[in-house]
Parts: sequence; structure tokens; C-alpha cells
Amino acid sequence: MHFKSVVVSNLEISPGYRRIRLTAPRGIMEAKPGQFVMVKVRDGVDPLLRRPFCIYDVGTFSLEYPDTPRRYYLEILYKVVGKGTLILSYLHERDSIDILAPLGNGFTIGEPEEEKLLVGGGFGLAPLYFLARRLVNASPVKVFIGGRRKEDVLCVTEFEQLGIDTYVATDDGTLGARGLVTEVLEEHLSLEGKRRAVFACGPEPMLRAVARMCAKYGIRCQVSLEATMACGLGACLGCVVKGASHDEKAPDYRCVCKEGPVFDTTELLWDDEAGSEVRP
Amino acid sequence: MRKPDLSVNLAGITLRNPVMTASGTFGYGEEFSEYLDLEKIGAIITKGLSLRPRAGNPMPRIVETPGGMLNAIGLQNVGIDAFIEKKVPFLRTISTPVIVNFFGNTVEEYADLAARLDAVPEVAGVEVNISCPNVKHGGIVFGTDPKAASSVVGAVRRATTKPLIVKLSPNVTDIVEMAQACAEAGADVLSLINTITGMAIDLKSRRPALANVTGGLSGPAVKPVALRMVWQVSRAVKLPVIGIGGITTATDALEFLVAGATAVQVGTANFMAPDASQRIAEDMERYLRENGIADVKELIGSLRV
Repeated sequence: MHFKSVVVSNLEISPGYRRIRLTAPRGIMEAKPGQFVMVKVRDGVDPLLRRPFCIYDVGTFSLEYPDTPRRYYLEILYKVVGKGTLILSYLHERDSIDILAPLGNGFTIGEPEEEKLLVGGGFGLAPLYFLARRLVNASPVKVFIGGRRKEDVLCVTEFEQLGIDTYVATDDGTLGARGLVTEVLEEHLSLEGKRRAVFACGPEPMLRAVARMCAKYGIRCQVSLEATMACGLGACLGCVVKGASHDEKAPDYRCVCKEGPVFDTTELLWDDEAGSEVRP
Repeated sequence: MRKPDLSVNLAGITLRNPVMTASGTFGYGEEFSEYLDLEKIGAIITKGLSLRPRAGNPMPRIVETPGGMLNAIGLQNVGIDAFIEKKVPFLRTISTPVIVNFFGNTVEEYADLAARLDAVPEVAGVEVNISCPNVKHGGIVFGTDPKAASSVVGAVRRATTKPLIVKLSPNVTDIVEMAQACAEAGADVLSLINTITGMAIDLKSRRPALANVTGGLSGPAVKPVALRMVWQVSRAVKLPVIGIGGITTATDALEFLVAGATAVQVGTANFMAPDASQRIAEDMERYLRENGIADVKELIGSLRV
């Protein structure tokens, strides 16, 4: 869908991080966790291109007048990192922006009896909250939230309100365990017994560690990737990542917008420490 | 007032309006079909094709710059076999003319591709890319030397009966000389400009913003350069010219017509809004109606100097 959207709210949820609620057509209710949107933060040529964001949530709301019909919304969780997100952060209620949504492929939910482990760093929590809301009634869910400092730990209250066990780690120990969220995750991956599936989104070093860990324990893992892209529709070919069989002689590139942004970790090449394709 | 006539003719291809989509910015058409009515634009030009599939350049491949973007995709494409097998069936379902952009590593590859495409009835015309700045072969070598351009265009001309468009590079000292060489070698139409070579640097890391180091600049930032070149070429060469470069509105498109272009291609604007080409065509019609212009062809080359 391509639609004009009106800002319903645009709130700071932690220093530097915001959540914006935008009106959407009814079709937004068909969006799957892991899918994304392309936002033109303002008309004209500056900034020129749309910016991609994961869907944080979709739902309905009513205006505070009697007998008004229910409206549909989508929410985006974002960090102010550059010009596009700075302009987004200035938007007020009733401002209008232009949106393409939903785009790309969502997470594969898998079997309900599996324990679902969700791992996110920073604003990588965005698609995981939407996913958790879909999973929580059918499956046991745990969420692992990482950040540099406590300000970077997002959505703990929101997950707890869903009744989900939440585990937090920060680099400096200002909230939760001191260390990497992947270290906390591994304690749970190594427990005997249950069948498990992992869903991850966040900085690339975290995703690489999660991918390696899941390979070690033989657990299926899906990751949602972020990439610079121009169109979001599979046309510009600007957002590719290396596929599992990639080498110099036989390149294997996958388009993040069209073939992703959710990939099974076994589809991708993870051994490349330096020339990172994915912008954390 | 009656509905104005927006149709134009490019070497036998009738376009319902002068607005085409530029190669590399519109995939193979199908990617955008959900977002606009493909029957409302003049023509579709598909992503540059090669004989064999190409994987393209390493990442990062694109970066936004003031008023534009740099890309170094590296001509990633599915190759002609997959194009015919997987992309043509969709293109058959629309009545809008489909023009196929292609490139080769050698003169022989250009001729082979032209001959293969000549046998595909869904292809209304071909656009020869001699101007991609992002790969060693596949274009720019042929696009910056009039003799090399002439040999490629001549070989393609002998291999195809279809209308032959040659897409010119702006990365030359004398665009008119290149245009004349292509015209003499048998081109039916000239399209210009391809992207302008540029680069961007991330100061923090002191690394180039693109893995390819340099890339091609497109978007509104290049429009003045494109307008100048379209004006120069259309005055000097008798062939119809397609104007390309930073068109995001009907006003931009009409300026190219006034400068001498018979039609235009919309490129980077497709990324800003997937329905940009349809909107530009509709706004163009509104402009003609509001200004009492019965036929868009009245504007072509109407610059008052």
C-alpha cells in the first residue's frame, strides 16, 4: 500500500529513542511481524529518499469523540541517527507523511509448542515487540534485551505487560546483567529439554554472535536485517547482503528488501568480520 | 478544451505520453505494478541486461548526497535467459511499450544481445547502454570514445531491426561529438544523460561511502547538467532525444521538452515515490490543458534563446 498518513503521536520513550503512531488504511492489519515500511519524512528533495523502518505494532484506536469510527494505526520505534530520523522526531500530531507498507517478508512463526527466544539490541527491539504480541498467546516466550547503557534498553515494560519473562544486559551494568545480551541468551539455549526457536534483531556483531550460538546448539534462528536502501521494492538493488554460498568467483547476493529483511541465519554468510554488509 | 494530445513517436514506437521509466530504477516493471497504473505511462525501460547474470558490486552500493544519490550497483541483473523466461511473461500483459536496456563486455556481446532481443516480439525497442560508470567493461569504455561508440552502435544496428536508442554518458568533454558518432553509426534515438561520476567520503572513518569508491550521481542535483547536454545535442543532431536527469515533477519534464527532448525518462524519482512517472504524466496533461496547448509536440525544442 502507498498512503498518506497522519501523525497521531510521536513520543520520546528513552533519551534519543522515539515511538511514532501513524494512521494507516485497514490493510495494515494484514502486516506480519518483521515486515517494514518506507517513510518519506517530508515532501520535496531533501532528504531525497525514503527511510526504512520495521513495524513496531499495528492496531486500532478511537478518537475521543462519541460515534467516531475506529481507526487503524501503525507504530515505528526509531532512534535519531541522522537527518531523516531527526526530521521524523520533529513531527507533531496531525502532520502528514507518505508511507509504503507493508514491505518484505516477516518472521516464520514455527510450531506453537516451541519455546520462542527473542533477542534484541537497541532499536532492534522494534520488530520483536510486534512478534511477541503474536506469539504470546500460543507459545512460551522469553525476551532478551541488550544495550550499551540503561537508556538503550527499550520496551521492558511493554514486554512485561504481555506477561513475558524479560532478561536485560547492559555493557556498563547500569541495568540488568553486566555484559552482552548474548551471554544471557546462551544460558537459556544450553538448558536441557525444550525445542526452541530464536528470533533476533539488532547490531550486526550481536546478530553474528546469535547466529553462531544457534548453529552450535542446533536451534533455528531468524534475523531481521537493516540496510541502506533506495526503493524498498527490489528495484534499486542497493541493499544486498552476502548469501551463504557467496565467494569472489560466484557471488551470492540477497536483496534485503525483497528477499528479507528476515532471513534464516543459515541463508547468510556470517564469517566476514570486517567488510560488514549490515549497518548496525 | 479537448483532451490535449500527449503522444509522441520515437523511431516508430508510439508513446501515449512522453514519460518513460529509466533503466535501473524500475526493475522489470512488475515490482512497481502494485503502486501505479503501468497503462498510464509512455514506456518502460527495463534494468540493464547482459548475456549472463551479473552479481554486481560489493556493499555499500548507494549513498544519499545533497539533492541526489550515488550508486555503484555494478549492473546486477538476471541475464537475458532469465529475462525472457521469467520477466517477459508479465510484460506481455501490458500494452505499454517495453524497451530493453542492455550492455556487453565486447562489441560481439553487444551484437549477440541485440540479435537475441530482436527475436522477442514483446520488446518494442532497445536501449544500448554505453555509459555505465561503475564497471570496467559494460559501457563506459565505449561511451567515452567516439570511435569505440561508433563500432558498438554499428554492430548493434546490423543485429537488430528494432528501434535503436543509444544512452549517452555525460562523463565526456564533448557530448555533441559522441552524439554525432552514434547518429552516424545508425542510432535512431539518443537518450541522455546517464549518471555523472562522483564520490562521497565518510570523514570519521576516512573511507569512501561506496565500496566501489566512485559511483554515479543521479537525482535533482544533475538536472542542470542534463538540460544543458540535451539542449546541445538536440540542436546538433537530427535524431529524437530522450531527456534524463533529475526529473521529479512535470515542470522538470516539460523543461526538457522545451530544451529539445521528444520524451523523458524518470529515474531516481521512482525511488522517492513509486508512482512518480504516472503522476508526472498526469500533471503534464494538466499543464497543457491549463495553458491551452493542444499538442505536447508544440513544446519540443521551443526554447526562446
